[in-house]
Amino acid sequence: MIRSWLYRADVKASPYAYVLPFFLLFAALGAFPILYTGWVSLHDWSLLEDQHTFLGLGNYAELLGDSYFWNALFNTVSILILSTVPQLLLALLLAHVLNGRLRGQTFWRVSMLLPNITSVVAVAIIFGQLFGRDYGVVNWFLGLFGVGQIDWAAGTATSHIAIATMVIWRWTGYNALIYLAAMQAVPQSLHEAAIIDGATSLQRLMKITIPAIRPTIIFTVIVSTIGGMQMLAEPLLFGGGQPTGGNDHQFQTLTLYLFEAGFGRFDFGYASATAWLMFVVIVMAAGINYLFVRRIRSS
Amino acid sequence: MRGLIAPAVTALLLTSLAACGGQSGPTASKGPAEKTKIVIATFNDFGYQSLYQEYERLHPDIDVVERVAAAEEHHRRIATSLATGKGAADIEAIEEGWIGQFKAQPDKFANLLDLGAGQIKDRWPAWKWQTSISKDGKQLGLGTDVGGLAMCYRTDLFEKAGLPTDREEVSALWSTWDGYIETGRKFAAAKLPKTAFFDGPVVMYRAVLGQADVGLYNTDDTVVVETNPAVRAAFDKTIQAIDAGLSAKITAWSADWNAGFQRGSFATIACPSWMMAYIQEQAKNAAGKWDIAKIPGGTGNWGGSFLTVPKQGRNQQKAFELASWLTAPEQQAKVFRSKGNFPSTTKLYTDPVITQFKNPFFNDAPVGKIFSESVATMKAQYLGPKAGDINTAINNALGRVEQGKQSPTDAWNQALVEIKKIL
Repeated sequence: MIRSWLYRADVKASPYAYVLPFFLLFAALGAFPILYTGWVSLHDWSLLEDQHTFLGLGNYAELLGDSYFWNALFNTVSILILSTVPQLLLALLLAHVLNGRLRGQTFWRVSMLLPNITSVVAVAIIFGQLFGRDYGVVNWFLGLFGVGQIDWAAGTATSHIAIATMVIWRWTGYNALIYLAAMQAVPQSLHEAAIIDGATSLQRLMKITIPAIRPTIIFTVIVSTIGGMQMLAEPLLFGGGQPTGGNDHQFQTLTLYLFEAGFGRFDFGYASATAWLMFVVIVMAAGINYLFVRRIRSS
Repeated sequence: MRGLIAPAVTALLLTSLAACGGQSGPTASKGPAEKTKIVIATFNDFGYQSLYQEYERLHPDIDVVERVAAAEEHHRRIATSLATGKGAADIEAIEEGWIGQFKAQPDKFANLLDLGAGQIKDRWPAWKWQTSISKDGKQLGLGTDVGGLAMCYRTDLFEKAGLPTDREEVSALWSTWDGYIETGRKFAAAKLPKTAFFDGPVVMYRAVLGQADVGLYNTDDTVVVETNPAVRAAFDKTIQAIDAGLSAKITAWSADWNAGFQRGSFATIACPSWMMAYIQEQAKNAAGKWDIAKIPGGTGNWGGSFLTVPKQGRNQQKAFELASWLTAPEQQAKVFRSKGNFPSTTKLYTDPVITQFKNPFFNDAPVGKIFSESVATMKAQYLGPKAGDINTAINNALGRVEQGKQSPTDAWNQALVEIKKIL
């Protein structure tokens, strides 16, 4: 009697006990901070003051009327598009090349990942030098073609291109490896049949590979979107550590704006509201991208 | 992230790294149980390691423990420690650029006047003492080092431009900022290729503003950027120098700036004492080409720190005694000799330690004398809580003008809007 009760309790309860550690950790380190951020966002909450006045949705209202918030949103989306689109296209091509016959395959595959394991700070500092106005390599190279010295950090478009280049350099190889893994699951027979029918390499990529790895593409698009929306280190370091993102906020991203409010002005209420709005924006951006990429026809 | 302070402190870090080598850890291995542990939190390198050991020898009942972090992180942690009421050290070092922010919450710190700071008041020049006093009259910190302000210039470029190179003659050229701009015009007239007179607006603006009686704040913590003519004057004076075509248009602490020191992209730059180490680091090839003259206007300071005692600490009296000992002239002289951090105590400015100190990289300039003169005659300018962010907004405005994005009036007005947002 007792034994059968214990047995049933074991069957019913044990699975929950097994997953409990994760949920406890998540509650402490994930859910609680998220909800608490929401609570903070409803207050005039300065870290330097003991009084936290309740504002209701005041911070959100102020944020929606804040031109620098919209400016940061525009910059984030602009840098996101400039970095993600070339990055994923390039990754697809690279993966396709790596998927074919190649001497020193492992070497090429491993070197794909090297940019990704480089510290983002190092990348940002090096690229900051490459894109220097007076002694930068990029300007020197462009100078060979008669292009005048570009002050990369000064302009909106130029700074976005410079920052997007850092992201592309760092993440292309990573995505290429993910694509490569997915491509290796595509049945070889499809490719063989296509080759017999006289399909070129590019045709096979377009007609067979891409439709076959569609779920992986959706995954990388969403992950890149989330990562891109949260970009902080690149623009922060590109601007010499200033959270304003250039002298006209020309490359201040959303996270940078949050950082400025939270750790520059210690205005945690406003920063928390920014974080929550960012969350909404990211969900929307990921959703739009999902709908967009879903239109790739499956085979 | 705090205007110029962050990079300034980075520079401080570079200064001190060069001369590193003190041992750490207490000498007495295991003392009696009643030893009082005093935790002191500093950033970068204050050069205190050997002093802790000395202090422990003098006070066998004290065990000094140091925590060190990078400047930004250090000050951010103080802010959170004070907000949450936990985690502050017995002594917290605070840099000048952050002191205004922490002065806005004086209740979190011990009033050092209650602990006996009044008796050691005359160690420091009046302005340094004033800088760490809160608006309700509490003394929150004891001064450690100062930056001072001088003008670094390239003798080789001055010679090419037909200007005098001797530092006395050069100082005489620019007793005022107008003289500085006038000298710049002569320099520019020589049309040296790829070389401008000064680096960019950030450092010059900071130097000019620092000489005003009232800066960004009134002593009651109201921001007076809009109404105080001195701020606009510093802005306009910098614009005037830019309009005269004297600026290399380089953003301070950028890659181009670092390269500019080496390649001689600019002939002059306003120089706090820690900037010397920065220049030596960046322009190793230019030894002997740089020299140091007086700053236009004669006085100025940029940088320097304070030792504060947060109220959370359980041993405030003992912490104060350690802080007082560490900032005494004798100890500051030791730190200066080993690390080069420029002392803040007036007594040392007539001491041979300072007066006879020369820097070979800068053409054997008597830098100890030059910097102590600039500091000793300084007037106290009240530093408010958000001075760093306000200066960033004004620097950005200067940058927009320099890059031709906006007229000075438009840039100034946008800066005012941004400053309102910061407050």
